Amino acid sequence: MPDNVNQRVLVLFAHPSQARSEVNMPLYMDACRVPGVTAVDLYSEYPTFNIDIDKEQQRLLEHDVVLFQFPLYWYSTPSILKEWQDLVLEYGFAYGHDGHALKDKLFLCALSAGGQADAYQTDGYNHFTIRQLLQPLEQMANLTGMRYLPPLALFGSRTAKEEDRISRHRSRYKRLLEALVAGNIDYAIAASLPKINQYWPDSQEDC
Amino acid sequence: MTGYFLQAFIYLVAAVVAVPVAKKLGLGSVLGYLIAGLLIGPVLGLVGSETETIQHFAEFGVVIMLFLVGLELEPRALWNMKHKLLGLGGLQVGITTVVVMGGAMALGQIWSIALTIGLIFALSSTAIVLQTFQEKGLQKTEGGQSAFSVLLFQDIAVIFMLALIPLLALPELVSNSQEGTGEGHSGAAHFLSSLPGWAYGLVVIGAVVLVVAAGHYLSRPLFRFVASSGLRETFTATALMLVIGIAALMSLVGLSPALGTFLAGVVLANSEFRHELESAVEPFKGLLLGLFFITVGAGINVSVLQENAWIVAGATLGVIVVKAVLLAGIGQLFGIRGSDRWLVTLSLAQAGEFGFVLVNYAVQNHVLPTPTAQILSLVVAFSMFLTPGLFILFDTVILPRYTKSRNQQQADVPDEAGTVVIAGIGRFGQIVNRLLVANGLTTVVLDVRTEQVELMRRINTKAYFGDASKPDILHTAGIEQASMMVIAIDNRETTVDMVKYIKHTYPHIKILARAFDRGHSYRLKYVGADYTVSETYHSALEMGAEALRESGFHPFQVEQQKTAYHNIERKQADSLYEAWLDDTSGKRVDKNYLKLFMQLEEQIGQAMQRDRVDGHSRSRGWTPPPKGYADNPSQEGNEINKAAK
Repeated sequence: MPDNVNQRVLVLFAHPSQARSEVNMPLYMDACRVPGVTAVDLYSEYPTFNIDIDKEQQRLLEHDVVLFQFPLYWYSTPSILKEWQDLVLEYGFAYGHDGHALKDKLFLCALSAGGQADAYQTDGYNHFTIRQLLQPLEQMANLTGMRYLPPLALFGSRTAKEEDRISRHRSRYKRLLEALVAGNIDYAIAASLPKINQYWPDSQEDC
Repeated sequence: MTGYFLQAFIYLVAAVVAVPVAKKLGLGSVLGYLIAGLLIGPVLGLVGSETETIQHFAEFGVVIMLFLVGLELEPRALWNMKHKLLGLGGLQVGITTVVVMGGAMALGQIWSIALTIGLIFALSSTAIVLQTFQEKGLQKTEGGQSAFSVLLFQDIAVIFMLALIPLLALPELVSNSQEGTGEGHSGAAHFLSSLPGWAYGLVVIGAVVLVVAAGHYLSRPLFRFVASSGLRETFTATALMLVIGIAALMSLVGLSPALGTFLAGVVLANSEFRHELESAVEPFKGLLLGLFFITVGAGINVSVLQENAWIVAGATLGVIVVKAVLLAGIGQLFGIRGSDRWLVTLSLAQAGEFGFVLVNYAVQNHVLPTPTAQILSLVVAFSMFLTPGLFILFDTVILPRYTKSRNQQQADVPDEAGTVVIAGIGRFGQIVNRLLVANGLTTVVLDVRTEQVELMRRINTKAYFGDASKPDILHTAGIEQASMMVIAIDNRETTVDMVKYIKHTYPHIKILARAFDRGHSYRLKYVGADYTVSETYHSALEMGAEALRESGFHPFQVEQQKTAYHNIERKQADSLYEAWLDDTSGKRVDKNYLKLFMQLEEQIGQAMQRDRVDGHSRSRGWTPPPKGYADNPSQEGNEINKAAK
């Protein structure tokens, strides 16, 4: 259940090829404009992958919700998000003895995938659902004591622009961020879904 | 001699007093000069008789101006303008001539006089319009470009007008005065009249070819030779020699000197000496054009004006209204919209300085009777007088109506990055330039070494000869339109002076300066550089890293060490700079600074050693959890999860 209103939301955005982005850049720009959201462009801040560990840990301490926003690269995040995990989530900070800094924070992903929705099924050509593929991140959340929410996903992202699906996804993303800031997402219901897209029934159709 | 000095002094005093006052009042320098001329001429009667002589001299200002305009225009840009030039300019000159001619005939003039009047008023004032455009920064707007094409076409058309007018000579005027063809163009006329038509054509073509060929092939060796002397005044003399020589040649063959120098300017627009040339002749242009405007004011003939006040006033207003209406119509036809169309309409509605030339020429050739010519001169002068007023109308009434909607439209378009001026194209500057140009940025590259500039041009890097530490060179290189300046010149003191000057004069420009060493870097920062880097710092870091690799360090570890070194340097640079600023001894390297410097050394040493000596607990990076942690990981994870739920 929601703790209190006005949660501080940290969006960690990772896109290594922003000049070509059709989906994620507009979403990121939207995120920048939502009050209560701190949106960080990791590739812009650390173009040489030289991540400032102190600064990133401080950011985590100052927020209640951590959201990774990225295009899916090989069933996982772009490399800088992995680098960020490797460096920032230190023993003694995020896990292990006295490592409780992230305890009770919400964690989720907002991602775009090139494949169509039906490819991400047990009988589809990717063999796993998106929630299954993101299990390493789910377990990262578990180990660090964060509460994991299923991802917001846009499938078929390479043709989303031509098919005019981006603006609907943008309003969905905006609604999600605003709900996270307001703290009015029912955790029990949301956490059980395969995708958080389905949390709002009216936006179920295409995803 | 004394009289000469006195006259010059009066002219200069008038300019010095009137122009700043006019600019303060928002009237622009042109109106200031005109008023100054009015004051010393008709009002106070200090000057008068010599005005016409001075006017001939001052017309040279127009010649220099067109040379400068040409320098700004590359041949390709001129070619791109051809439709506007011929279409817009041709229609304007043609229709205005016919309409004004019709009007004059309706008022009872015979057709030949009416046609001459039509030709005179078809022209506009290149001097006023371009000078005002430059002051207001309107050259690059669509309206500015269109107005410029029309002016250019008019200057070309003048040649044909000068050829046409003698054919209109009135028999009764010729018989009245048979004593000669007058002065001015007589020399050319004598020389050319002895030639048959085809030979005259050949001479004209030959002169144009000579200007283009000499500009293309001979100017570079000449400039290089002069530049190697290192004397700026020699360069100025060469530039003037070039402009005066071309003007003389063109007058000799009966072409417009302004057009000839314009052509020479276009030919030299690609030259590496372009900016140096511009800055050499620009002061002359300013002074001579000012003189020209003063003479227009001083040349008002009061007695003729008093006798014909209503005719002059009516004709002036008539001309402006007719030209404005025609220009608006033609602009509409060519798809020029909004404030741009207003700009074309209002800026070109006056008559021009070539109008005076045509009036005098028409009198000499017995086309116009003198009384008519005097009135026409007044109309030309007064229409020029009113032009600054039309510009003020444009600025205060027209433009505000359009700027609002334009701002809304462009809200989402990112600002276009300005050009980057790069001073010094040696071993450092050229790498910077190559990276910027390869990424589509516009750069203006300056260097004082002709060999270097030439070498760069040979490898297709556009570079200009010019001393970037000179404000006038920076000005002609377009520093006003630049967003950034990269300084990579070898003189340490000059670099400091340049940063100081640019930051003071153009605070919005980002300055990236190359420093010789740490102390130099602090001095540059102190005078306002936005980013500095010691010229050897990064390459030394690379070389050091290579040495580590050669010594057997793992390449990835070498990169980490390099990054750690750089991070500490960067963090400490600020405190060292503070220490450097605080130093009162003046030597900038006192005990405090030295102490801090040694601290920096120590920190770097510690950072380099850290991984090896104290295990993972304090080190940062890709460190595993402590030994033994993994023996019971699930338990700890579950504990946390339980707590979370």
